[in-house]
Amino acid sequence: MNFVNLHSEWLRLLTPELIVVITALVALLADTVCLRQQCDCIRIKAGSIIVSLGCLIAVAWLSLYPANVHLQMLSITPTVAFIKQVVLGLAIFTALVTTRFTKHIGEYFALLLLAVVGLMLLVSSKNLLLIFVSLELLSVSLYAMAAFEKTSLASSEASLKYFLFGAMAAAFTLFGMSLIYGITGTLDLGDMTAKFKDQSIEPVFYVALVMTLVGFAFKLAAAPFHLWAPDAYQGAPTPVAAFIASGSKVGSFFVIARILFEGFGGRTGSAAWGNFLPGWMPFIAVLAVLSMIVGNVAALLQTNVRRLLAYSAVAHAGYALLALFGKNQAATTSALLYYVITYAITVLGAFTVISVVEQGNKHHSDLSNFAGLSHRAPVLSICMGIFMLSLAGIPPLSGFFGKFYVFTTTIGGSENLRLLWLVVVAICASAVSFYYYLQVLKQIFVNQAPEQSAPIEASPVTQAAIVVLAILVVLLGCLPNLLLGQLESATVTPVF
Amino acid sequence: MLAWTIYISFIGAALLMLLPANKPGLSRGGALLAALAGLCVAIAGVLQYHGSPAAGGLADIINIPWINALHVHYHLAVDGVSAVLVLLTGIAAVAGILFSWNIEKRTNEFFALYMALIGGVYGVFLSFDLFLLFVFYEIAIVPKYFLIAIWGSTRREYGAMKLALYSFVGSAMVMLGLIAAYVVSKSSSFDLVTLSQYPFPPSFQNWAFLLVFIGFAILAGLWPFHTWAPTGHVAAPTAASMLLAGVVMKLGAYGALRVAMILFPAGLHTWQTPIAILAVIGIIYGAMVALVQRDFKFVIGYSSVSHMGFVLLGFMTLTTVGLSGAVLQMFSHGIVAGLLFAVVGRMVYDRTHTRDLNELQPMNLNKVIPFAATTFVIAGAASMGLPGFSGFVAEFQIVKGAWQAFPIFALLTGVGILIGVAYTLRVLIKAFYSDDKNPQPLAHPLPPITLPEKIGAVLLLTCTFVIGIYPRLLIDLIVPTLNSPLFAPLVKGGVS
Repeated sequence: MNFVNLHSEWLRLLTPELIVVITALVALLADTVCLRQQCDCIRIKAGSIIVSLGCLIAVAWLSLYPANVHLQMLSITPTVAFIKQVVLGLAIFTALVTTRFTKHIGEYFALLLLAVVGLMLLVSSKNLLLIFVSLELLSVSLYAMAAFEKTSLASSEASLKYFLFGAMAAAFTLFGMSLIYGITGTLDLGDMTAKFKDQSIEPVFYVALVMTLVGFAFKLAAAPFHLWAPDAYQGAPTPVAAFIASGSKVGSFFVIARILFEGFGGRTGSAAWGNFLPGWMPFIAVLAVLSMIVGNVAALLQTNVRRLLAYSAVAHAGYALLALFGKNQAATTSALLYYVITYAITVLGAFTVISVVEQGNKHHSDLSNFAGLSHRAPVLSICMGIFMLSLAGIPPLSGFFGKFYVFTTTIGGSENLRLLWLVVVAICASAVSFYYYLQVLKQIFVNQAPEQSAPIEASPVTQAAIVVLAILVVLLGCLPNLLLGQLESATVTPVF
Repeated sequence: MLAWTIYISFIGAALLMLLPANKPGLSRGGALLAALAGLCVAIAGVLQYHGSPAAGGLADIINIPWINALHVHYHLAVDGVSAVLVLLTGIAAVAGILFSWNIEKRTNEFFALYMALIGGVYGVFLSFDLFLLFVFYEIAIVPKYFLIAIWGSTRREYGAMKLALYSFVGSAMVMLGLIAAYVVSKSSSFDLVTLSQYPFPPSFQNWAFLLVFIGFAILAGLWPFHTWAPTGHVAAPTAASMLLAGVVMKLGAYGALRVAMILFPAGLHTWQTPIAILAVIGIIYGAMVALVQRDFKFVIGYSSVSHMGFVLLGFMTLTTVGLSGAVLQMFSHGIVAGLLFAVVGRMVYDRTHTRDLNELQPMNLNKVIPFAATTFVIAGAASMGLPGFSGFVAEFQIVKGAWQAFPIFALLTGVGILIGVAYTLRVLIKAFYSDDKNPQPLAHPLPPITLPEKIGAVLLLTCTFVIGIYPRLLIDLIVPTLNSPLFAPLVKGGVS
């Protein structure tokens, strides 16, 4: 393949990303050049329309031109394409529910799209260097977005914490990757597996493994690398927090699965009870167990709904990590992706409801601000009920099937129920979690609204977005085949 | 056909949610219509089943693939045991609505949640795929919480949360057991019949049985996990406590029989005696605590614990006669407890606004509301197990079965029945027939008993009476089923 052909091939594979980058530039230019004089609400509408159109074109492109190629740093499979579509979809919803919180509207939408590009590259890459670069593209965009509410102290705090922890974690990951390069002489995930078979590299290998995973654990908000999450979720502007909690999660989970299965596939080790073997599984088991316990216990004490969701996100990262113990790639990816995608939809919806409630309550999202919401905004509260119950894992909502599927996958991952202990921890933890989700629902449906509280009105677009998300949560829960069918047809070929 | 009981209830719930909140009459009428339709379908369906060639065994209603990834089927079917409980649910649903005719606050939501609960209960009784059964089982939990927390009385939020958390813990245990059984069996199916034919290793059965049985039995009020029951019953509004005692506790007992005992017969034989001991303790403890209560509703609440002890003891006899007595007791207690709660909650408490027996004593209620007094006399007689009422047939069979299996327990159970007579007479005299020498004039005249209450009371009384006189109506459904292949591993002596 000559130079020109190679480049045209690259261009073809990266067209969706290019579309998104161009959209970002269009959004930025349109806002700076044409819309400066308009009022903010028009600028937001124009921006979100541009973003949605661009993302839709990219989605359409991905379905029209399916690709299944491994080319140098890129490896694009049907699963990857599907994940990209999901991320684009989440970005569309994020853009649609954006409300006025900054004057720099064009920059905000451009950054959102750059974060999306980061995610898209992240999931298509099988090269550590490209993974790191796209991870940074994603992270830096999100740091900046978290600080976008310039008048709000909380927003700056959120961004600073997110940035400091994130930069630290990125340093660890980079260090780990450099060790891997030192050991194996390659940055390609596929090539390094063979090199890892060499037993003489033992101690350095484990240092490299753990260091590399730290950065991803940070992105997933898995305990003990979750400390940024509560502040970032609380302080960041709502759509940004929503995107951090949803889109960024989906991509990060996929890439961690890819690194573990493709790169460290020969070094799984074992987390089976009474039969621990060194490898990545014990490390992930520790992360998962800590996340489930810390997340759920800390969430019990929260009085702010955003912080509550942050700790619940920690717990959910723990549940989702359990899927990695499945007996093969196909089982794992299908369970993991179902879980993470439905979780992302749910949490995006929940944050949108929060943003609407905050508008009616002078930017406060304490539990007490939700009191009597069922009278002030009946439709929103039913949707919020659906989101909370789905997070709690109540059938027939998608959160229930996600958990059930993940747990089944985990137990099935070993002989003689040796991994049962992980699921026991998970089920105990999730029994605890009902308490705090019910606290939110109690405020909404049981408690009385304070005197003289006006009804809360959401803009039609926001309301429609929330309802669509709620319907998705119910639909994917009642008919999981809809999503699993997509994932399965995508995973017939090797996943990564 | 029976599947329509489920659909009607859920459709009814959805439609009720859409009705305007300020027209309570419309909501009541709609709910009554939905419940009556459900009852009619239930009766017709059971008659059809009884007349069909499959009578006695298992008659499929629908069996189609649902979730391919876990080989879950949407499998509804009916056998004699479910038929009896479906009838009970239909009757209890109609009666509950008649006794909540005076709900004025958020009427449409009340009845929507009520119908959702009923739909879940129908679903549990008709599901023969364990995943589906679990889904319906959990669906039934959430409406209970809201019914109590919003419309309840004494310490409603505490009672509701306690009930919800106990239910969640129970269902978490069940979920763990189900997933483990699914993985161990490798049969790749959640179908009850398929799984029941798999020879699970005895060591697995020993803990799996205990886990699943206790998980379900928590909801059946098994001592010492019964403490949610009295507080929950007391906190609940009348209709909800009727349903709690009437059908929800049956969900637990039904699950214990249908899932735990059928799947794990070897585990059952291991734990038979310990569980029988707990059941007997429950019978006597519940009765003795009921004897000393001051709150009228607590008396009935603890009597429920005692009566459910009979059900569990009947299960543990593992004889056809004991098991058929237990199923009959579920039906009988569902009717009688519903009636008792209706008298206490609706006829007495809603009028006098007290349930304290010492305050009721000077009111001489038998003169003021003679209908309530008479109803309570008959219901009390049924509850004591006087011949001619359904309770007698049921308890007689259970004691007879217990006599074959554990003679000493049969004697102790007799003591429990005697204490049952004592507490029933005590509340009867205190609340209604005190003939107090210094009658206290009532501050304001009590409103007379309304027509819906009378209809409801007559409906329930007729049921207990008819079954008491002619128990073969139900026994002809139950006994052939107990002799069917599904139950064969349970029953030791085939004599009825």
